[in-house]
Amino acid sequence: MILNKTKEKLLEWFFLAFAFLSNIFLLGIVIVLFKEGLPLFKDIKVADFLFGRHWYPTFDPPEFGAFPLIMGSLWVTIGSIIVAVPLGLGAAIYISEIASPRMKEILKPTVEVLAGFPSVVLGFFGMVVIAPFLQSAFGLPTGLNALNASILLGIMAIPTITSISEDCISAVPRGFKEASYALGANKWETIIKVTVPAAFSGISSAVILGMGRAIGETMTVLMVGGGAAVIPHGFLQPVRTMTATIAAEMGETAIGSDHYYSLFAIAIVLFILTLIFNIIADLIAQRFRKRIV
Amino acid sequence: MDNRKWREIKQQMGFLALRTSALIIFIILGILLYFLFVRGIKVINWGFLTKMPENGMTSGGIFPAILGTFYLTMGAILFALPLGIMAAIYMTEYAVQGKVIRLIRIGISNLASVPSIVFGLFGLALFVNYCKFGVSILSGSLTLGIMILPVIIRASEEALLLVPNGFREASLALGATKWQTIYKIVLPNAIGGIITGAILGVGRVAGETAPILFTAATFYTMKLPNSVFSEVMALPYHIYALMTEGSHPKEQKAIAYGASLVLIVLVLGINMIAIVIRNYYRRKKKW
Amino acid sequence: MVTTNRMEVKNLNFYYGQNLALKDINMGIESNKVTAVIGPSGCGKSTFIRILNRMNDIIIGSRVEGAILLDGQDIYAPEVDVVEIRRKIGMVFQKSNPFPKSIFDNIAYGLRINGINNKGEIIDRVETSLKNSALWEEVQDRLDANASELSGGQQQRLCIARALAIEPEVILFDEPCSALDPISTAKIEELINELKEKYTIAIVTHNMQQAARISDYTGFFLLGELIEFDKTEKIFTNPAKKQTEDYITGRFG
Repeated sequence: MILNKTKEKLLEWFFLAFAFLSNIFLLGIVIVLFKEGLPLFKDIKVADFLFGRHWYPTFDPPEFGAFPLIMGSLWVTIGSIIVAVPLGLGAAIYISEIASPRMKEILKPTVEVLAGFPSVVLGFFGMVVIAPFLQSAFGLPTGLNALNASILLGIMAIPTITSISEDCISAVPRGFKEASYALGANKWETIIKVTVPAAFSGISSAVILGMGRAIGETMTVLMVGGGAAVIPHGFLQPVRTMTATIAAEMGETAIGSDHYYSLFAIAIVLFILTLIFNIIADLIAQRFRKRIV
Repeated sequence: MDNRKWREIKQQMGFLALRTSALIIFIILGILLYFLFVRGIKVINWGFLTKMPENGMTSGGIFPAILGTFYLTMGAILFALPLGIMAAIYMTEYAVQGKVIRLIRIGISNLASVPSIVFGLFGLALFVNYCKFGVSILSGSLTLGIMILPVIIRASEEALLLVPNGFREASLALGATKWQTIYKIVLPNAIGGIITGAILGVGRVAGETAPILFTAATFYTMKLPNSVFSEVMALPYHIYALMTEGSHPKEQKAIAYGASLVLIVLVLGINMIAIVIRNYYRRKKKW
Repeated sequence: MVTTNRMEVKNLNFYYGQNLALKDINMGIESNKVTAVIGPSGCGKSTFIRILNRMNDIIIGSRVEGAILLDGQDIYAPEVDVVEIRRKIGMVFQKSNPFPKSIFDNIAYGLRINGINNKGEIIDRVETSLKNSALWEEVQDRLDANASELSGGQQQRLCIARALAIEPEVILFDEPCSALDPISTAKIEELINELKEKYTIAIVTHNMQQAARISDYTGFFLLGELIEFDKTEKIFTNPAKKQTEDYITGRFG
């Protein structure tokens, strides 16, 4: 009898260990990043790394100023949000409030398919279709630039924004809307003044998650960003993001070199940024759930 | 009267804007698929799918890349699925609301948000260098497996939660232990959902590039992999490499179109299979 | 009367977190009799019956004080195996919950997990329990059919058969007829009446007529307290407490 109980307890501990795997891997990632990234700061000051304007890791002497890369990531992230928020949110409102059941049946899979698109294929598409188009449309030397990357990242962020926003908008209690109708508001006024504001925190968490997705995205920006490690001044200029830098340069570094450490140091910055995005999004989403439910 | 008309006009314009944004998304997908299909289909034939690359990547097929992606994907799922199911069992069958479960949830959520390239670095430092697995199927599969663990956990959790509580109660009331109940009643009834989740995970993994850049993938190898320690070609990496390396951009681009189409069909096909399986289990479900 | 009690509840308090959901309950459940528990919804009667075979162990943050004796042994004592308790004290739930398996496998499940693997014995006991639950005639030709193909009343009788198969000492019924039509209800009531020959039965019901029809003893619960417990006849004809009278005459609830 006692045996039974002990066995059950042991099983519970066994499963608990697996449940903690995500935390363990997360911790492992932190340890690896810091172990391989921190040695850089024996030679370079943290401030010089974060705010230095020159990324010349292979020059002699090398310079490890990651500021242009950080700025590059921020530019394309903001660009992607400018693309994705109006489209993604508009579609979310359309799907949850206006679309007929048949339209929903078409649009929802559309968004899902888009979410499943491999980033490398989008990057390829950006190189062979969007780049030539931008090049001729704006008379540029190359179509591989921040705008191209923003468009693609925007396309990648749309599914995140649409599906989460749609969930939040659908979760707004019918009572809110009915009250608005009863006061003589029409459907549009109800959407704009009641439904969307009620879902606002949920929507913002969706947008932040979309940003997290965009800032961490690698292949598309690597393929269409244009690769110049300079602080961008406009969307028509080439950019190089943190992710693209890691992806492009890691293959050529020697383990234990400053260059190797510096790429891990960039990963630390990237990791912390996405962690912050994710935690903020989680907190906002929690508040939304509490308020609505 | 005028005010009412104005409000009506505003409403119509608002609706138009919403409808347009939905339409644009639809069109974007249409354009993507159109270009990939129309240009990709020209290159694809039986030889393209089954032959080795020839003449320094300028002709021949993509068979090793397809095979490599298959190995990596299977490896990742074989690794992540058991772990994910067991984690999910704890979450749905044992966990008590409180600090422990909050901590676990934070872990899952944040692991899911880690950029794929960071997983690549993690795999490089841990599996390739520290564990000395080298650039190999094993290193790549483990890296990809860790990356999709949150997806698998969430999908399994959802599937387990769908099993009615009445089944658990009935089983316990018959004198079954908790483990017997999980093993004989809960899991068999959740298996459809778990499989669906796993397949969706496969679809996701098959298209990933960044995590395998330094852990598994190679641009070109003459021999097919013969063990888990072999490095492999992989479809997504192949597309990237064709577009950024080599000296025959025109020929390579044509192959990249074909490879992209194959990858897209593969990923969408896998997702479709998942949906079919989900529907099958839903129809079969008697509760 | 105390000596023939199969189960005894002594000074039972039950907490949900801080909430005292059941307060100082004392009652006995006599062998081979039907004991009914009635009361308005939310009075704690379902909670009470689920405590009797430790189903509420599953509820997080709940706590039981006092003692519940089965044949003189406290089922909440630390050395007691909850699995063994639930095998001895079977339960039939409000919503019929057959497993999505065949009729045969539904009943065989309980046998197999309790270590009976002899095919012949399983077949025998499936048949016996289906006969005892008055379902045999209706399903003998289709034991391989999925349980979900049965009607609601048949499903509930299957659940009873499933509970009977492992030969418990006590069977608890938690509003077994609340989702059933009158004809199915009548069948189950008849069945309960037959079952008490062999088993000790406790039943929760919100249907007072049902309690009057099938039970020997009745307990009336209100707001987590056992207001009155006596012979069914007495409760329904000459209750001692005003609240009981108000309830059975339909003044509230």
